Amino acid sequence: MAGLDELIEETGAHDCVECGKCTSVCPVARINPKFAPRLIVLRVLEGVSDSLSKDKDIWSCITCEMCNDMCPYEVNYSGFILGLRTRAIKAGNLPDCSQSGAVHTYQRLMTSGVKQNRLKWVTPEMKIKERGDVFYFTGCAVHLGALFSDKAGELKNTPANYVRILNAAGIEPVVSNDEVCCGHDLLWAGDEDSMLKLMDKNVEVIRKSGAKTVVFSCPECLRTFEIDYQDFLGDFDFELVHMSEFLLDLIDKGKLSFDSNGGKITYHDSCRLGRHLGIYDPPRDLISALGMELIEMQNNKEKAGCCGVNAFANCGEVSQKLQLDRLLEATATGADEMLTFCPKCVIHFNCLLKSPKLPVPHEKVKILVREFGNVLAEHLQKKGDR
Amino acid sequence: MTEQYEPRIIAFCCNWCSYAAADLAGTSRLQYPPNIRIIKVMCTGRIDPVFVLQAFKHGADGVLVAGCHPRGCFYVHGNEKTAYRMEFLQDIMPMIGLEPKRLRLEWIAGSEPDKFARICREMVEDLKKLGPSPVRGGIF
Ligand code: SF4
Ligand code: SF4
Ligand code: FES
Repeated sequence: MAGLDELIEETGAHDCVECGKCTSVCPVARINPKFAPRLIVLRVLEGVSDSLSKDKDIWSCITCEMCNDMCPYEVNYSGFILGLRTRAIKAGNLPDCSQSGAVHTYQRLMTSGVKQNRLKWVTPEMKIKERGDVFYFTGCAVHLGALFSDKAGELKNTPANYVRILNAAGIEPVVSNDEVCCGHDLLWAGDEDSMLKLMDKNVEVIRKSGAKTVVFSCPECLRTFEIDYQDFLGDFDFELVHMSEFLLDLIDKGKLSFDSNGGKITYHDSCRLGRHLGIYDPPRDLISALGMELIEMQNNKEKAGCCGVNAFANCGEVSQKLQLDRLLEATATGADEMLTFCPKCVIHFNCLLKSPKLPVPHEKVKILVREFGNVLAEHLQKKGDR
Repeated sequence: MTEQYEPRIIAFCCNWCSYAAADLAGTSRLQYPPNIRIIKVMCTGRIDPVFVLQAFKHGADGVLVAGCHPRGCFYVHGNEKTAYRMEFLQDIMPMIGLEPKRLRLEWIAGSEPDKFARICREMVEDLKKLGPSPVRGGIF
């Protein structure tokens, strides 16, 4: 791994003029006054000798990229934090993982190349292929739905629902039993080595399928392919598309339609899909295509609040306050449901919503937080109905 | 492979019932195979799902979780929580390539040393049929 100097160079951290704009927008700093992104840069730039091995603040950042958007000198702050993390765990500075690291442990087990039984959810009427033009990268929604069945069990249906939607549009996607976790969580928890192993497997599986387009419903998987994999491997010769864009295209071509009886929806921009990848409009257009009314929260798009946790690390008081803020904002819209593509956001918000420790009365946060595809599938128009 | 495959089993036993049963099995000189390595916990409720996953990650072929019978937990609800946790673990195991049979949950009272010995024998048999864990070498 390259040294710190290189990281500082690559992420433009030495351009930092210590203006403190990052700290002023940072949601963590708003709640925890001891945390300041500017100071982390400063400590590293000044070469404070033990900052890498001792500085716990590099794990407190929720990698939401609010600061990236704000910095006048375009410091790639989240990239800088990511680089610090991979170096920090080598120096023995570890994150505090939620669920004692159960999620990371099953993800690491996937690096072993064990034959999986990943497609339990595929039913006979679903049309999927082993080779073909369109590969649907399902991500870990089913695993997470099992692990968090009390909070977000609905996630178990997510990949099945997207396959049904794609089938309805006449698309038979490749869905692979040999796909593994994209490595997003391990990477952001500093374990680059495991992520690289997973990356090699995934890229091999996609190459073998002959796919020209890979569609992702999970924003984290897409971010990891688009930014992190391509950072290591150079540009792919297959196209990476988010499900929202892919489905909109099918709607435009008249191959897919939805029908709902109206209803009010608000949309949560997950930081991966929004600030990290800049995909803001397609999910909103999909809501219109559903025939539902979209009511925006006060903070949306670039300014959207965060679910408070990244990579299942360092969930705590700050995370809870951020979740509560967002849920209050969502409730204030008067919508019945808040949709998002990110399964992690669904878990983190529901974790607070369903917690006995919810700090406000339940009526104050009357909102359902659901994964987008599960709602889409409920309003799918079958070919015969059209 | 020249050496014969002998399953390695990690058994998490609660202090009040199942560990007592294992102890009594020993003092009563009941025969059971030596493939079991016992880890004593105060209550099965202490068994974080990650313990089970970690045991597999470090190369165990099987994991036994043993505690007090329903309603008999010394900490009231510990074993109910464990039952729920084992359920979702068994749900997730096949997806990552581990046969759910490798994980077994049993209620063994302190007065049931023969049950403890029988379950150990059965598990060793089952795991011999199943073969070594696909991650036997461990992942570090
Ligand atoms: S990425 Fe988000 S949490 Fe981290 S320093 Fe920037 S604004 Fe703060
Ligand atoms: S906003 Fe950019 S230039 Fe200003 S303190 Fe933060 S990192 Fe430095
Ligand atoms: S004390 Fe035995 S299971 Fe709780």
